[in-house]
Amino acid sequence: MTVAPPPVRASPAGTASHAVRQGAIGWMALPALSMFVAFGVVPLVGVLALSFTRWDGIGDIQPDGLASWRSVLTDPGLPHSLWVTFEVMGLSWLFQTPISLLLGVFLAAHHRYRGVLAVLYFIPLLLSQAAIAITYKSLLDPNFGLGAGLHVDLLSQDWLGKPHLALATVVFVVSWQFIPFHTLLYQGGVRQIPGALYEAAQLDGAGRVRQFFSITLPQLKYTVITSSTLMVVGSLTFFDLIFVLTAGGPGDATRVLALDMYKRGFMGNQMGPASAIAVILVLLGLLLAWLLRRVGGGSSSDSQLEGL
Amino acid sequence: MDPTTRRNFLALALGGTAAAASLAACGSSGPSKDDASGGGSGQATYWYLSVQPQEGIRKSSVDRFNQANPKTPIKGTAFQNDAYKTKIKTAIGAGQAPTIIWGWGGGGLKSYVEAGQVEDLTSWFDENSDVKNRLFPSSFGAATIDGKIYAMPAEVVQPIVVFYNKTAFEKVGAQPPTTWEDIKALVPKFNAAGIAPFSLGGQSRWTNMMWLEFMFDRMGGPEVFQAVFDGEKDAWSNPVAIKALTEVQNFVKAGGFVKGFSSITADSNADQALLYTGKAAMMLHGVWTYGSMKQDGGDFVKGDHLGYMTFPPVEGGTGDPANTVGNPGQYLSISSKATAAQKETAKQFFKTQVLSEEEQKAWVGAGQVPIVNGADKLFAGSEDAAFLDFVYGIASKAKVFAQSWDQAMSPEAAEVLLDNIAKLFQLQISPQQYADNMNAVIGQ
Repeated sequence: MTVAPPPVRASPAGTASHAVRQGAIGWMALPALSMFVAFGVVPLVGVLALSFTRWDGIGDIQPDGLASWRSVLTDPGLPHSLWVTFEVMGLSWLFQTPISLLLGVFLAAHHRYRGVLAVLYFIPLLLSQAAIAITYKSLLDPNFGLGAGLHVDLLSQDWLGKPHLALATVVFVVSWQFIPFHTLLYQGGVRQIPGALYEAAQLDGAGRVRQFFSITLPQLKYTVITSSTLMVVGSLTFFDLIFVLTAGGPGDATRVLALDMYKRGFMGNQMGPASAIAVILVLLGLLLAWLLRRVGGGSSSDSQLEGL
Repeated sequence: MDPTTRRNFLALALGGTAAAASLAACGSSGPSKDDASGGGSGQATYWYLSVQPQEGIRKSSVDRFNQANPKTPIKGTAFQNDAYKTKIKTAIGAGQAPTIIWGWGGGGLKSYVEAGQVEDLTSWFDENSDVKNRLFPSSFGAATIDGKIYAMPAEVVQPIVVFYNKTAFEKVGAQPPTTWEDIKALVPKFNAAGIAPFSLGGQSRWTNMMWLEFMFDRMGGPEVFQAVFDGEKDAWSNPVAIKALTEVQNFVKAGGFVKGFSSITADSNADQALLYTGKAAMMLHGVWTYGSMKQDGGDFVKGDHLGYMTFPPVEGGTGDPANTVGNPGQYLSISSKATAAQKETAKQFFKTQVLSEEEQKAWVGAGQVPIVNGADKLFAGSEDAAFLDFVYGIASKAKVFAQSWDQAMSPEAAEVLLDNIAKLFQLQISPQQYADNMNAVIGQ
């Protein structure tokens, strides 16, 4: 990921001490860096190398040139998986952002009962994805689920058996789990906004809605970018929840890229093409993270308190 | 296809991610430790599937062996079904395989053989012909690759049969079908009564595959799929194959399967629950479901509400209705990476404990038929005698006992197959598109 260091605006007199501090910081980054290299960079290079080979996971690894890439890039399954991945990404962003933002703003105010609510809202995040998926799968079962049990026809849809409905269900369950996390981000963001801004706005006669759009939202700009980056890049790696909930089905209606990779690699024994997809996933993630920073505009070192 | 039960939710949960699968492995005692301790001493390791009652039967055989051979014990480790499938492949690939590898034979075994990871047992079987001759000859097909035997057939025979709910048939006043045409005629009757004609755990995909296996066999005989298996060009475009595929799609369109079948998994046994709760009238499934329906279905099996029959003939079809499909057995291979002493221990285990008299009795007690000639003598007095006789009859009378397609094919081709079958049942692709997609991977 492109993490630019903050621009240095040190005065000439401070340069020497600054260099010393930088050296110290360099040492402190070493443990994290070594972990990152060992568990991030090395496997990544391995996967890149594997994508140019033929391997069934059992026998010897044979160099195979561009065959894996050719088979992946010409497979109509790839654009489909990409499309499904973007659908899940876009829809879950659209669904999560407004709800998390509003909940975050709501929870940021200081009232006792809101603390209790905040704890309740947080529960979904504590559950494992597989457990959530199994629970929802049971609840949504058309024959033994909630709808059938309560005799509510509206609820006894074939939630996971119809392509569009299954996709919507996946988006809903994903959002159900992650809204609490993003709510927390927004809550923190809102609490950082200086109260003076609101006082001034009140004196000028701005109502609550106006305050929200003119103060809260602009001040949360970087929180929105952070939250969106996490949502967008995170949605590339959705796997366990979808795997348990629909296994990519019905047909291939919810087969996202990560699932496609797993199925090719570990169920189809084709590590070469699976590695090629993994590389595509990494590139896509980097590209998206970079784009989002671009969209954010300016540099992250810009003051968030402009106008104060 | 998987033998035995696929009942546990946990199996799915553990199989959920590769990470979870490897966690499951960490939870059990690590294979590397076993290898280290068992290095030169002849101590062997054995991985098999969990879930009762099968797990208990496997463990008892190991325990009996260890009592008789305290110096060369076998250490058994049980794994959840879906987790095991990934785990065993990874372990073999990494040279960390257990001494005794439990498996399904066929295409999976072939991939181990090609990688030189399992022992050739042909000469051992020649020396120990009594071990070979007591087992069903049909069970050796899936253990034989290029004329050589690479696995010891073990455990039980599992054909796929049609189960039906007698109460549901009484409710609509219908007789059990004797032909495919009868089945089609029953569909509107059951649907009108609010009962699904067939239960199907379609999300598991291999469950849909069982339908194609029988439609192909009944309409055109075993030759149709054999041509695919032998890698003949465009074998899926055989007119009989297209006809069978079309017939299945028409059956889906006619409402032959339970509502929402494509989101039901067989791993959770929800498909069996539909049958024993009377929400569905019939179910095409492996005989391993008998035990779990007996256990979970309350009065269903004990109260004689469960009926069963072989898949009926299709009008105009050339296939012999005595033929069947399923798991002709389960398979134990020996890792070629094991030490000579460990291999010797494993062979001793095969000879003395696999399908011993005690183990056979235990399988029969669980309502399953061991792959031993004359095992039917043990059925007398069992409360499942009628069912056991039925299964034994199928296994002994079938001229062709075909292995499940996905197990017979290579894992690569099987994944494409299952994928396309799911789309076919989803009516996402036409029979012709299915044939085209599948023709493209023939011979892989």
